Amino acid sequence: MIKLRILEEFTKKHESKIKDIKHMLYLFRRSFLSMMGLILVLFVILVAIFAPFLASQHPSFVEVTSERGTKRVEERWSINFEEKLLPPSPKHLFGTDDYGRDIFSMVVYGARTSLKICLLVVVISTIIGVILGGIAGYFGGKIDEVIMRITDIFLSIPGLILALAVASALGRSIEHVMEALIFVWWPPYARIIRGQILSVRENQYVEAARSIGASSWRVLFKHVIPNSFSPLLVQITLDLGAVLLVAAGLSFIGVGATPGTAEWGLMISSGRMHMFHAWWYVTFPGLAIFITVLGFNLLGDGIRDVTDPRLRR
Amino acid sequence: MKKDTILKIEKLRKYFPIKKGLFTFSKDYVKAVDDVNIHIRHGETFGLVGESGCGKTTLGRVAIQLIPATSGTIYFMGENLTELNKSELRRIRPHMQIVFQDPSSSLNPRMTVKQIVGEPLLINKKLRGEALNKKVLELLYTVGLNEQHLYRYPHEFSGGQKQRIGIARALALNPDFIVLDEPTSALDVSVQAQILNLLKDLQNKFGLTYLFITHDLSVIHYISNRVAIMYAGKIVEVSKTKELFEKQMHPYTEALLLAIPIPDPKVKKKLKPLKGEVPSLINPPSGCRFHPRCTKRMPICSKLEPELREIEDQHFVACHLYNREIR
Amino acid sequence: MGRDTLLSIRNLKTYFFTYEGVVKALENVNLDIYPGETFGLIGETGCGKSVTALSVMRLIPEPPGKIVEGEIWFKGENLLKKSEEEMQKIRGNEISMIFQEPMTALNPVYTVGDQIIEVLLLHKKFSGFSMENLPKYNLLRRRKIKKEVYKEAFKEAVEALRMVQISDPEKVAKQYPHELSGGMRQRAMIAMMLACDPSLLIADEPTTALDVTVQAQILELMKDLQKRKGTAIWLITHNLGVVAEMCDRVGVMYAGYIVEMGATEKIFDNPDHPYTRGLMGAIPKITEEKERLEIIPGTVPNLIYPPPGCRFHPRCKYAIDKCKESPPPLVEVEKDHFVACHRYEEVKHSVIVKKERKI
Repeated sequence: MIKLRILEEFTKKHESKIKDIKHMLYLFRRSFLSMMGLILVLFVILVAIFAPFLASQHPSFVEVTSERGTKRVEERWSINFEEKLLPPSPKHLFGTDDYGRDIFSMVVYGARTSLKICLLVVVISTIIGVILGGIAGYFGGKIDEVIMRITDIFLSIPGLILALAVASALGRSIEHVMEALIFVWWPPYARIIRGQILSVRENQYVEAARSIGASSWRVLFKHVIPNSFSPLLVQITLDLGAVLLVAAGLSFIGVGATPGTAEWGLMISSGRMHMFHAWWYVTFPGLAIFITVLGFNLLGDGIRDVTDPRLRR
Repeated sequence: MKKDTILKIEKLRKYFPIKKGLFTFSKDYVKAVDDVNIHIRHGETFGLVGESGCGKTTLGRVAIQLIPATSGTIYFMGENLTELNKSELRRIRPHMQIVFQDPSSSLNPRMTVKQIVGEPLLINKKLRGEALNKKVLELLYTVGLNEQHLYRYPHEFSGGQKQRIGIARALALNPDFIVLDEPTSALDVSVQAQILNLLKDLQNKFGLTYLFITHDLSVIHYISNRVAIMYAGKIVEVSKTKELFEKQMHPYTEALLLAIPIPDPKVKKKLKPLKGEVPSLINPPSGCRFHPRCTKRMPICSKLEPELREIEDQHFVACHLYNREIR
Repeated sequence: MGRDTLLSIRNLKTYFFTYEGVVKALENVNLDIYPGETFGLIGETGCGKSVTALSVMRLIPEPPGKIVEGEIWFKGENLLKKSEEEMQKIRGNEISMIFQEPMTALNPVYTVGDQIIEVLLLHKKFSGFSMENLPKYNLLRRRKIKKEVYKEAFKEAVEALRMVQISDPEKVAKQYPHELSGGMRQRAMIAMMLACDPSLLIADEPTTALDVTVQAQILELMKDLQKRKGTAIWLITHNLGVVAEMCDRVGVMYAGYIVEMGATEKIFDNPDHPYTRGLMGAIPKITEEKERLEIIPGTVPNLIYPPPGCRFHPRCKYAIDKCKESPPPLVEVEKDHFVACHRYEEVKHSVIVKKERKI
């Protein structure tokens, strides 16, 4: 009985939010493509979470010390030359690669790697971008100018070349790719947030907050930024797909994942020379990238349509 | 300073500099408030009337130091606000609050009513949990809302209800003085009536003093005890409300009354529109700012600015027509 | 009906089909506008005034809105039976509409003069040139429009601007909307809408966004133009002062239908419908001493689930059972005075107390 009361209280408290969410879901449901996007993304996420249960082979994680003495954890897959380059079969759903590893398992675990990269890069870039853009937009004046010039400088750094430079200087690894990407990914977010803030801060509720004694920081983080967020949300969802493509691309050209890791871009790269006699090697990782990026894009479009205030009701 | 004066503004100026780029400041200023003197007595409703762009909104905000003044002094309950530092100002802030014009944009769309009305208590009195809940409910009841509304969002309410929420927020800290910036301009007639009645009741109940800013003369007539007319950053006339409607001294006040349509068809007057438009505050006309549009202007009006003087008992005008020394 | 009306709306029903339900925005709207007069449509936010005007212009967005029933008689023809093409010939030409925010109603990328010319070219002939000969997208391509035609149209545009008392109209015609002040923009819009001499001008809150003194100027201008051209003006506003000043006849609207209609003085001084009475009692007036303003209890109803019968009954102190059962029809109770109330007789005889004062 108590549980029911608590549930009742909860629903009452959040009644409006629930109504809002229901309405958004309704709008969302009406668009087939957005639902498609959501399903694809959820699918990939679930695959990544349940990877150990889906895959037939599993990687082991080994600690490795590089020449410079830095310790890192690397993925290792067991090699079986007997089974190399087998076509898809009930035992190996996606076939095997040139080291006899089960491609299905590698694709499934690759989902983890890829999602990890996407989320980390985008989330951290967003945090940096929001803080810097927020401060610039809200406080204005010289602070705004300084931060914006810094943003401009970072914007002019070519991401690909930076990643290459970082890889050659510090060795190739997924982590380095992520760091390089974060470096160049936050400026657009800073700009978007700053632009929104310039208009949001003219609202009277911002003045009202100051009139009741809120400090500038409170006003910025509690009032201004939450209301500036929606265009950013759309951009973030679309960027998840973009980051994935970039990271896969970097792995493809040999700058990202270390060899032996199950990473989709890397797999495509390795599969290139076997493309004509073992089509499954490049096809399935490629399909995985395609489905995931498509999912993010459709989802992003859907979110944008749903949060567009003009299309409401 | 008389004992019952709650707010005394002397020679107040607020100039906004016009920036022209990162390193250059042009010498131009928007002179929104230019040399204003006002006394507001404890417990009264002081009306401030003018058209948009005359500076009344800025004056309202500077009066409670939401915006810092450029020069001049503001005495509030005996303290000189212009000389206080940030933390001292924060101490005094609960005594002077403001209700904004647009109910839609004065409430944060992402906060519930409870959060909005509770925020001042959270920040200043550090109330939490049950205590906060209780006080918020009390405030809601005072303005005619109830606990059903606690967890709702602003967009679920009508304009009148939103304005009530704004008033509840302003009352949260038990202020003595409230600036009301066009609180009913965005509302329908019948809703406006409710809000005006509510404001009157609250004033009686809590002994509040109001600075009521509006461009609607009918509302001013109904609610204020004394009224000041503002034009292009300056106060041109101050008097008791009843008197102002019976006898206007400044030509602008006269024109204003003639320009405003009265909802009474029997009083169908020939609307005598004033020629010209509201002057720019960056380069206001020389001398008396109203002289380019004034039908009674004299040569001196373009040269010398008239001072606000008491011509009759508690009736002040800034106009050379009443300046006996000049005539 | 007596003399011939210019515009007659009968039993107009406009609904909006939305996610949350069917918004019955207009339910049996009946009103008349006579040629050359100024008719005021008053009512509070959400009562359907703008929807009525848009329905007449057939500008209701078709999903989610739909004119479900009714007749709109304009100069003897039913506008609801006309095709879109026929309506386009009427809009801007015989019925024009001006809106509240001149900045959004005027296109910022075209000069004021060009916008007036657009209206002129759409409906009039110049030097034997007619818009019908051009495919639609060539509207403002100056090269395609012969120089002589453009020059002639430009001259007329300048005259239109002069008529709205804009000084130096040639200069203004070449300016863009953002270069003009609010008052000037509104005048430009009036010029644009009167350029083709319409018989009916619909003005939807034309002065609400303007300063008080500018508002007075615009109202004087409209009165003056009306006298000169004989245009009927349908003024929609919630500003009762403007209505009292400008209008010959007034219609009071509540929750999607007309509750009272008649001469301005009658409606303001001695209204018979309970809602109109409440409204007039709620206005602060300089000519009256009021200790408290009268309040109409309750709030405007939700138009998805409107109250049954008379939509005002939940807030009406004269309500009886009949009011819940059937909506009262709009009945002519005196010459040119219409009321929609079942208890009209009793309400009429209850006295309104007023304390007058001279100004």
